[in-house]
Amino acid sequence: MTIEELEQIAESTRAEYAKYDHEINVCMGTGCMSQHSDKLKNTLAEEVAAQGKNVFVRRTGCMGLCAAGPLVLVDPEETLYQHVKAENAKQVVAHLGGTPVAELQCNLREHFDQQVHVVLENSGHIDPEKIDDYIARDGYRALVKALTEMSPNEVVQQITESGLRGRGGGGYPTGLKWGTVAKAGGDLKYVICNGDEGDPGAFMDRSVLESDPQRVVEGMAIAAYAVGASKGYVYVRAEYPLAVARLTNCLRDARRRGLLGNNICNTPFNFDVEIRLGAGAFVCGEETALIASIEGKRGTPKPRPPYPAVSGLWGKPTLINNVETFANIAPIVRKGGKWFASMGSERSKGTKVFALTGKITNTGLVEVPMGISLRQIIEGIGGGVPDGHTFKAVQTGGPSGGCLPAELLDIGVSYDALVKVGAMMGSGGMIVMDDTSCMVNVARFFIEFCMTESCGKCIPCRAGTAQMHTLLTRICSGSGTMHDLDLLVDLCATVKETSLCGLGQTAPNPVLSTLKYFKNEYIDHIVNKRCPAGVCNIQPPAPDSYDPACAKQASTFEVLA
Amino acid sequence: MPAFTPPPLPSDDKRWKIVNGTMRKNGFARHALIETLHTVQSSFGFLDDNAIRFVARSLRVPLSQAYGVATFYHHFSLKPPGKHTMTICTGTACYIKGTDKLVAAAEKRLNIPQGQTTKDGNISLMTARCVGACGRAPVVLVDGELCGQMTGEQMIEQLERWAVE
Repeated sequence: MTIEELEQIAESTRAEYAKYDHEINVCMGTGCMSQHSDKLKNTLAEEVAAQGKNVFVRRTGCMGLCAAGPLVLVDPEETLYQHVKAENAKQVVAHLGGTPVAELQCNLREHFDQQVHVVLENSGHIDPEKIDDYIARDGYRALVKALTEMSPNEVVQQITESGLRGRGGGGYPTGLKWGTVAKAGGDLKYVICNGDEGDPGAFMDRSVLESDPQRVVEGMAIAAYAVGASKGYVYVRAEYPLAVARLTNCLRDARRRGLLGNNICNTPFNFDVEIRLGAGAFVCGEETALIASIEGKRGTPKPRPPYPAVSGLWGKPTLINNVETFANIAPIVRKGGKWFASMGSERSKGTKVFALTGKITNTGLVEVPMGISLRQIIEGIGGGVPDGHTFKAVQTGGPSGGCLPAELLDIGVSYDALVKVGAMMGSGGMIVMDDTSCMVNVARFFIEFCMTESCGKCIPCRAGTAQMHTLLTRICSGSGTMHDLDLLVDLCATVKETSLCGLGQTAPNPVLSTLKYFKNEYIDHIVNKRCPAGVCNIQPPAPDSYDPACAKQASTFEVLA
Repeated sequence: MPAFTPPPLPSDDKRWKIVNGTMRKNGFARHALIETLHTVQSSFGFLDDNAIRFVARSLRVPLSQAYGVATFYHHFSLKPPGKHTMTICTGTACYIKGTDKLVAAAEKRLNIPQGQTTKDGNISLMTARCVGACGRAPVVLVDGELCGQMTGEQMIEQLERWAVE
């Protein structure tokens, strides 16, 4: 495959679509599929045939605005229709070329205008199961450019210059990681794409894999060339069947086009990718646990160092990056590191995809430049809190992140700013809570999650999260004491400092951040025996009640502490 | 060292051939354990002792390791599923939108705790840790099919329909 051949495929694909007067793009991401957008697409195609119009009906990936699904985008007019049902098909097709159907039209300019699409540039515009659609939108140019015009070292340099940081949550500089693997000795190296998006409330990776899988594979291939690897694995959650199906299809097509396999682009570079299914363990998002899982073992983490970059999969140097990180690679190589570094804030470059969910009007997927304020995301793009409720908190970073109150909405979104206020970027879940959510109960929910997901290898995480859960449950039921709060703070510090991997080290974050910003809610539960949000079921205490079980637990604590 | 011959299939059930196929594709390598258990689960619906023993012997992994892996990952089930499965997502976004109430309502209606199957083997009530359709929260998987913005009434209605089948 050469640049000329790619251009030829792109030209003929574009010419093929240019024959049509209009293109109807139907969103077939998981969100819209749950509202039968697959049937809608068939009905639209039948309707086009029945009305004898020269229109192409295309399946596309996620268009972002899941709250308004099923979504239909008509090109070239760029008319976006929302909540389209099969019975609307006739109307939509009849109005093509004329005035749009007013009652179905989605007029959320401010939702889209403030976004900058880099990772999602093709989502909603291409058929994720057609490699030629991707090639027609500059796909695989970056890979061919890297292989034919750049040395591996130059690729690493471009990535370093771009300032891209790991999008899985940690924010480790990607260029630095690539450089370490490239320098590691040995001729057998691996590239792993971490698609184990276990963080509940986040679905960026699922969406990218469903909407534009080729982009991830291209990113992996470029990475493999840069670090000298010849084998790649994509680790995807088994809970994402559609993503797995589209990825499988994408790998087959890439092999057929000679973009994976041996001697890619007539160079000595060989690379192929295999899919590995996760089996529902949150801890497998941690890189050493993920490697154990690919090796067919229980997903338990290992102490680092040695880092996977030196000794990873089967003891070989291994590069692990998140789906979104790989999705950023092709545009960086195509347009240069400087272009990427021109977006975003000083120490967090580029854009970030967020999954905006919870009590917010426009739930869905958004991509914004780093440094944009939380307020712009939530009130501008997200449309604020619906049903006349008031905003209480936004949770970023999933079970490892924190809950931020309204006073902090004006901070800019970047890795460092979020850590400074006790939250973290995480993989990009952003869950909005209103006055009907009890923050103590939310903290308990996250600790329960970490407790069940703890792999059990190290004691601070295994026993610590369980004890934190007991304390929080007690506070939620109204039988907590102020001493429990002290124990909780103490325990948070122990678990944070002494756990083996990221799961335990960050598990106390939701508790610490709610204690910091919503302490009055804890005190209300303990002293006034009431839940301000009315979520917790607090019974008035019986006089002189003494719970031996609680007392025993409390004393166990003191021994542990 | 004599060449390794994999053990014979446990029975002439065709599904064992599918399982064996996965192992053969991976050259009976030990690292294929999770892949193979995935195939067993998708073919049989769950992992029974017989299957775990067969896979462990075929891949030459200690039975303790195979059992360890099977019980470590939530995706693998050691019990047969009911005829129908109601899976309620309890991810954060769904939780904020009140799936705890859906779980409580379903538990009350079916008279079983989550994770179990009704005595007649008709309905399994499961919970999932985020299916990634948070934009449509609260989400319920009705026999694997994703249904968004679920209300308590809709869910109970579906359970009633299954109950009278």
